[in-house]
Amino acid sequence: MSYMDKGIKELHEALINKKVTSRELIEESIRKSHEVQEKCNAFVTILDDAKEQEVTDNLLSGIPFGMKDNYSTKGILTTGSSNTLKDYVPFFDATAVEKLKEAHAVMVNKTVMDEFGMGGSGITGHTGIVRNPWDVTRMSAGSSAGSAVAVASGVYPYATGSDTGDSIRKPAAYCGIVGYKPTYGMISRYGLFPFASSLDHCGCLTRSVEDAAIVVDQMKGIDKNDMTTWDSKDIHLYENLTKEVKGKKLCYIKEICDIKNYPNPKEELVLHLENFMKTIELCKNLGMDVEEVSVDQTLLDAEPSVYVVISCAEATSNMSNLTGFIFGPRGEGNTWMEMMKDYRTKGFCSLIKRRFIIGSYVLQKENKDRYFHNAQRVRRLLVDTWKDLFKTYDAVILPVGSGPAKKLEGEEKSSDRESEILEEHLQIGNFGGFPSITIPNGFVHGLPVGVNITGNCYDDQNVLNIAYALESEMGYKGQTVKEVK
Amino acid sequence: MAKYKACIGLEMHCEISETNTKVFSSAANTYSDVPNSNIRPVDMAFPGTLPVVNKEAVRKSIMASLILGCKQPEYMYFERKNYYYPDLPKGYQITQETKPIPVGIYGKLTFDCNGEQKTVRINNLHLEEDAASADHTGSYSTIDYNRAGVPLLELVTEPDLRSAEEAVNFLETMRAIYQYAGISEADSKKGQIRCDVNVSIMDEDKDDTNLENYGTKIEIKNVNSFGGVRDAINYEIERQIELKEDGKYDEMEQQTRRWDEESGTTIYMRSKVDAIDYKYFVEPNIPKFRIDPAWVEKIKSEIPELPMERLEKYQEQFGLSAYDANILVKEKEVSDYFEECIKLGIDAKSASNWITTRILGHINKENLQMREIYITPAMLKDLIEMVSSNQISSKQAKDLFYKVLEDKKEPKVLAKELGMEQIASDEELRSIIVKILDANEENIKKYKEGRTNVLDYFVGQVMKETRGKANPALTSSILIEEIGKR
Repeated sequence: MSYMDKGIKELHEALINKKVTSRELIEESIRKSHEVQEKCNAFVTILDDAKEQEVTDNLLSGIPFGMKDNYSTKGILTTGSSNTLKDYVPFFDATAVEKLKEAHAVMVNKTVMDEFGMGGSGITGHTGIVRNPWDVTRMSAGSSAGSAVAVASGVYPYATGSDTGDSIRKPAAYCGIVGYKPTYGMISRYGLFPFASSLDHCGCLTRSVEDAAIVVDQMKGIDKNDMTTWDSKDIHLYENLTKEVKGKKLCYIKEICDIKNYPNPKEELVLHLENFMKTIELCKNLGMDVEEVSVDQTLLDAEPSVYVVISCAEATSNMSNLTGFIFGPRGEGNTWMEMMKDYRTKGFCSLIKRRFIIGSYVLQKENKDRYFHNAQRVRRLLVDTWKDLFKTYDAVILPVGSGPAKKLEGEEKSSDRESEILEEHLQIGNFGGFPSITIPNGFVHGLPVGVNITGNCYDDQNVLNIAYALESEMGYKGQTVKEVK
Repeated sequence: MAKYKACIGLEMHCEISETNTKVFSSAANTYSDVPNSNIRPVDMAFPGTLPVVNKEAVRKSIMASLILGCKQPEYMYFERKNYYYPDLPKGYQITQETKPIPVGIYGKLTFDCNGEQKTVRINNLHLEEDAASADHTGSYSTIDYNRAGVPLLELVTEPDLRSAEEAVNFLETMRAIYQYAGISEADSKKGQIRCDVNVSIMDEDKDDTNLENYGTKIEIKNVNSFGGVRDAINYEIERQIELKEDGKYDEMEQQTRRWDEESGTTIYMRSKVDAIDYKYFVEPNIPKFRIDPAWVEKIKSEIPELPMERLEKYQEQFGLSAYDANILVKEKEVSDYFEECIKLGIDAKSASNWITTRILGHINKENLQMREIYITPAMLKDLIEMVSSNQISSKQAKDLFYKVLEDKKEPKVLAKELGMEQIASDEELRSIIVKILDANEENIKKYKEGRTNVLDYFVGQVMKETRGKANPALTSSILIEEIGKR
């Protein structure tokens, strides 16, 4: 009998009714962690000595979970999957970590990510490539790679994630699970290693919308240490979940979803978009109005660059504290400048260095207006466009990515440029700080694909309810990995 | 110099010392000799830490902005100034730039410079965080993060100052304002005040309202005392005049120099071409917040009495000279002492005399702070009253004053202990005087012949006899009376 593939509510009942103990759950979770580590390389640290916790009224009490390795955990190695912090042990907990501790939740491992959350592949972490459990020759996507892999593999019902572009919602889709990033500022970022502060969100990866609601209910809350948080004490996501979505209005964007926009589509893109349209039909069957809307193609085309400019600029500044003087391995050299250069040259992967250069370039006096300020302007235009949609519609529904998980090697890149907007549009959710959830909506070539629902700021409940209703019609709720090969 | 005039602008950094905590951190904002004792994770930029704005620091900076007649922003923003330096743990300083506007722009301040009223325009005032302090010792350096995150007000003036004297007087006025407003102790000994100085020169007859007439601006960094500001400006003016006379002034490039206290010279650091690009952008972790005009009004109503106001009061209400009034208001502690004296009912002129001569003289000689001096306004009152009630002479009062400071005992107690009581009894003095006169027939004769200065001799004799305790006025009048009888 295994438990770790069950949902939170079921586990809680089993604990309350003493069918199983917290100790037994932890042991199962740690055993599975080692199996998944062997197969997919999903963890930086497995906490073999994790202690059982008292089972209380709190739904999360006594239940194991995974923590992305960019959440500061007091006394436990926290690396951000970077060589620059490969031995860093924080002496304080991130606020979200504290809140999970208060619930008596049991952290059993720290999950691998793309270095400092940069990159969407799951291959740039300092401990090596994270593999997709459905097909280990494929990417898990990232940056919350290990979290997605572990939840999909039934290591535990949930893991924390962070999302700057799509770092929760993309790997969730590739691994066939749920990924939810609530409204910006709902969960404190204090103690989360920053990537791009104006885009960074905390969130979670689960196997059901219900579990996502339970976990975020626990993680959220105003925090005196994070000025961007807001008071959400009157929001009870789990309590208010309902499948009553009749009359809700959804829209999808023609320029993103219409196969005619992609002149040379790969078969999986065709299948993915066909599958998406089936999901749209399901929405209609649930009594929701779904309309196709049109958004300026030029604006959409600019989106990926806007993300690169803003995220790289903020990242290069945010990571200037990594000098190897106060924490991290001290570099070699005769002057502080040499020591710092040595540390940073050796510590960061090439992708990050490339992004730092872009970030510095776009902030330089002579480039700032052309790149950085223009990117801010286009960000505003995109957010305004989406906010206009939210005046009419409860949420925007769109396919995640251009198909299922990509091959780690040997993927032809011919249509990449063409389908770029499909790969990148989730970033608009970060531009606006919108609540956004990805749920699995089927399979392409036996590999899971996902659909995303994004709503207006502070409207998390609506977004979750739509996802909750839709999930119940599709039969992928609670799914764990069935290996394809 | 007569052929040229100097155009001097200042960037004055002053730590806000009077908040409980730092500007973006909950660590205590206290000066401490123990390194790294006032720090929180954010002060050392541990990953994931975030800045939280200290409302009191914002309140104080708005107050400074109001005092300087600046315009306050509708919304408050902070920006990141990005550069790498070991004393800057985050790799950027949270500060304010001119766009979006900082806590104050376009104000002005009128100040006194040796009796002349001067006005300097304020370009802007902004709130930022201080860096850590680094000490370089041979092959290694030590960093003290106590100072990292201490709130700092940077005030930038237009180049309206014309001499080192004006610059220093301006800085002294600003220091007094910060002290009076309860913003800062403004103590340069604690490193709370630091200045950058801009200097250029132009021909005396050129119009200084026309920007085209301005010479190349030289910036002198890190001048940490007012004396240093004076010396650096004077040195730099001389240096630039020399270049001008040699015809080399116009080829001089815009540059940053450093004041070297030891050699008393400015030393080339970098040219404008090598100026650091700080890659400013709005700090995303601090959401812009609205400055409620009602809050600004409230802050305005809470501005304490400022030195300019006291200066006027001292002259018009108390009839003090401009010179004395200026001395009294220069340091808030001194002025507060004076105010306390007035409250206790001491005559203003008398209090002013005691403070400006004896007390400040002592403080300067012993290198003390006003708060360290033992004698309180109440004690000073006792001392002054002993004189006015003829209990002791003013000569005795002076001696007693120093004795009080030395022994740290109250004047009344000490006077008794030392037997310092004036002989003001007619009877007692008269018997002493009669005795002296009896023994000086010759001198009485001389006096009567018109040599009136002999009277001083008799007074001296009486003083000698009474060991200075005789009341001088009474002594003279009895002497004249008794001599008249003979």
